[in-house]
Order: sequence, then C-alpha cells, then structure tokens
Amino acid sequence: MAQREQWGSRTGFVLAAVGSAIGLGNIWRFPYMAYENGGGAFLIPYIFALLTAGIPFMILEFGMGQKFRGSAPKVFRALGEKWEWLGWMQVIVALVISIYYVAVIGWTINYTGFALNTSWGADPKAFFFGDYLGLSKSPLALGGIRWSILAACTLAWAITWLAITSGVRKGIERACKILIPLLFVLVLVLIARVVNLPGAMTGLNYLFHPDFSKLADFSVWADAYGQIFFSLSIGFSIMLAYSSYLPKDSDINNNAAMTVFINCGFSLLAGIMIFAVLGNMANATGQDVADVAGAGVGLAFITIPAAINTMPAPVFVGTLFFLCLTMAGVSSHISIVEAVCSSFIDKFGISRKRTATLVCAFGYVMTLVFTTGSGLLILDIVDHFINNLCILGLALAEILLLSYIVGLDDINSHVNAISDFKVGTAWRLCLKLVTVAVLGYTFVMNIVTDLGTPYGGYAQSDLALLGWSLLPVAFVLALAVSRRQAAYGFVRQN
Amino acid sequence: MTTSAIIMLCVGICVTWGGAAFCIRLAIKNNRH
Repeated sequence: MAQREQWGSRTGFVLAAVGSAIGLGNIWRFPYMAYENGGGAFLIPYIFALLTAGIPFMILEFGMGQKFRGSAPKVFRALGEKWEWLGWMQVIVALVISIYYVAVIGWTINYTGFALNTSWGADPKAFFFGDYLGLSKSPLALGGIRWSILAACTLAWAITWLAITSGVRKGIERACKILIPLLFVLVLVLIARVVNLPGAMTGLNYLFHPDFSKLADFSVWADAYGQIFFSLSIGFSIMLAYSSYLPKDSDINNNAAMTVFINCGFSLLAGIMIFAVLGNMANATGQDVADVAGAGVGLAFITIPAAINTMPAPVFVGTLFFLCLTMAGVSSHISIVEAVCSSFIDKFGISRKRTATLVCAFGYVMTLVFTTGSGLLILDIVDHFINNLCILGLALAEILLLSYIVGLDDINSHVNAISDFKVGTAWRLCLKLVTVAVLGYTFVMNIVTDLGTPYGGYAQSDLALLGWSLLPVAFVLALAVSRRQAAYGFVRQN
Repeated sequence: MTTSAIIMLCVGICVTWGGAAFCIRLAIKNNRH
C-alpha cells in the first residue's frame, strides 16, 4: 500500500488551511457585511456563528478527510458507494471557482503594478471599466482578450501549478509558510499606517459602533452564518483534501478551532484596514463614510484606488494593499486547485505532476473567457450562482447526509480519540440543528429571491446559461465521473 | 470613536485572537502534530 503524502509540520498544515480560508472575501466582503448589519453589534451573531457552525463544521471536515485519508469523492465513497457523486460535485464546483477566481487574482496582480504610479488616474471607475477591462455591454458579447489580464492570469496559474506539482510538503506547505506570515505582516504594516491618517477613527467608528436593534432582524443572523461559511472554504472539498494529508494521530479539534479563530481574526484586521482607509477618504473629500462604503470588486478596484489618490505616499499604501489581495488570493487558489487534483489522483492513480499539468492547462484555457471584455459580467453571474446555490446546496447536502443518514457517532469518536479537547452532544446538535436550519433557510431564500428577481438585471437567458445551469450540469458530470471505473479502485494509501 | 465602538472592537479582537492564542498555547503545550 502506498504512503500518502503528509504535511511536514503542524504549523505547515494550519498555515495552509488558514491560507485557504483567508481569501479576497475576508478583505472585501466582511467589513461591509459588518457595517451593513449593525456595525459592532454584528460581531455578536458572527461570533455565535463561528462557535456554533464554523468550528463544528471545520472539525467535521478535518475529521473526515483525516479519517478516510482522501479527497472529497474518496471520502463520500467511503461513507457509501452511492454517495461518491456528491464528492465529485464539490470537486466540479471547486474547478469552476478556480477558473474565475484566478481572473480576480490577475486583476490584483495588475493593480499591484498600477499602484506604483497610480495608473488609474483621477477617475478609477472609468479606468477600471473602460481602459482596463474594456467592459462589454452583455455577458455574451465577449470582445477581445485583454492581454495584460491574460499575462497576470498566466502568472497566477504558473504559481499554482508550481506549488502543486512540487508536492504537499515541498510545494503547498512551503508556499503557505511564506505567503501567510507575509500577508499578516503587510496587513499589520498597512493598519499601522492608515489608522494614523486623518478621519481614520471616524471610519472605525462607523464599522464598530453597535446598532443592537439590528439583532432582532433574522437576516442579520443569516448573513453572519453566510459570512462564516463562505470565508472558511468548507463544503466544497478543499478542507477534506488538505486534512487527508494529516498524520494519523493529528489533533483534529484544536487544529480546526485554530484555523477558524485565525481566519475570523484576520477578517477583523481587514475591517480595521478598510474602514480606516474609507474614513480617511471621506475626510479628504468632505463626504460621509456611508457614501463611500462598499464591498467586492467596486470596493477593491474603484473605491480603494480613489481613496489611495487622496493619501500622502499613495504608492506605499496602494502597492501593499494590492499585494495583500494577491497573496490572499493565490494561497486560496492553490488550495482550490489542490482539491481538484487530489480527487483525480485518488481515483485514477495518475501522477501528481501529470494531473496538476492537465488540470491547470484546462483551467487556464477556460480562464481565457474571463480575460475578455465580458469577463467581469460572466464572473459576476457565475460567482453569484456558485456562492448562493452551489456551495450552499452542497454544504447542506453534506451536512444532511452526515447528520441524518450516515450519522455523526463514528466521526465523533474518531476525532475525540486523537484530539486534545473533546466534542460531544453540543457539537452534534450544532451540526444537526443549527447548521442544517441556517443553511436550509439561506438556500431556500436564495432560490426564492433569484426566481423572483433576475439577478443583477441580466437577461433571463444569460442567467439560465451561466447560472441556473451550473448545478444540474455539475450533477450530470459528477454522476458520469463517479460511475467510471477507477484505474485501481480508489488508490489505497496509509 | 465612541465608547461602545471601542468595547465592540475589543470584544471582537479578544474572542478571535484570544481564541487563536488559547489554541496555539494548547498545541505548543501538548506538542502534537
């Protein structure tokens, strides 16, 4: 029986898991989510979600990956031959994410260069949509390839390929041991710089001043749980793959708690960084912080460049900010692609180098679509449906299967036997009741909302082609792959 | 910043980074993989 690759150290594994969890969402989604949902008061449902869903789900995923020593399809097949397709669905969703996520990393790489001479000029919005993206009018009017974006995406795919082909210990672990500490240092340096700027405290007051009346609104709690799920990389095969490389006697529960706490702590630091910058911008332009606050692509590539324009030494802050985004994105991208590669390696017994080359080459070709003039529009639709439908649906299916069909007793005994602190009834109730209820509610509400109002004002045909079709297509493909005879059955490893 | 904003900031930092520090301390103490 072959020996499965293993992490070189506990630090290496935790840094890799943290690197996977910390992504662009921590920097551009959490701060606005907190601000919109009661400011400081949002921390109460957020911490509650962290304790009742984030840590329990992470323990579950780490425990399953480590117990069955395999990627998602192998884990689900171990639970029952008929469930392998669920693992492949998670892998296909991960593959789709890896294809469009790299486009955003490409933008951050380009903007790191632009920040050196504030190339976006006095009107960052016109620059981003016009000069840089050459935005098309509709998702299917592709326009030409934007060569600077393609070059940056090539670099991002090359880094990921290099990390994965070099192996778990020499590639992924080594990359994360450099990227993650550096990311924290850069964010702390940035915070030290921006909190001293005029208006920064006003920005922080907007972020942390609590509006406790919002806690009575159920949607605030749903948003808190959603933020925890989206930011932890759970429910779509990544943490299963990473934990499958843990030694047999690893401490599952503490590693899971550590990963979740560090990820959420980083989100808080990112919130301080972003709102200090926004406060300074509001102060410089005579606006209210509420007028400049935003999230996502608009925040990162329009508002922040505009804020950087108003700062002393814009090159310093701009370069560091986009470097942070790039590092957060690259470490997450490596984990997403590894989840895909490890599944094919497990099932078909192909070498790591060959698998990584095939997956990265396929992903790279598909990424070309996102480097065109309509890249942002397609990305917007695909990302919306992947997050709101696919990831939520698959996480819900996973938790329902584990909680009500397979049962949690075995995995509970397994993690307790090898962990420093134990989990029991509370852990099972959090998964069976709290997590299922919140995921189920959010999943149904998302479907109802999207059926009622076409997302983003796009044409129904575009939404059907690029959004609604994702889940059924993934299901058919997953079923097809799961029914294929594996080369040697699933590769058995110690 | 208002006092309530400072309190919420401290609560957030204490729970997340305090939790992380506790876990790291436990890991170092028990010296496990």
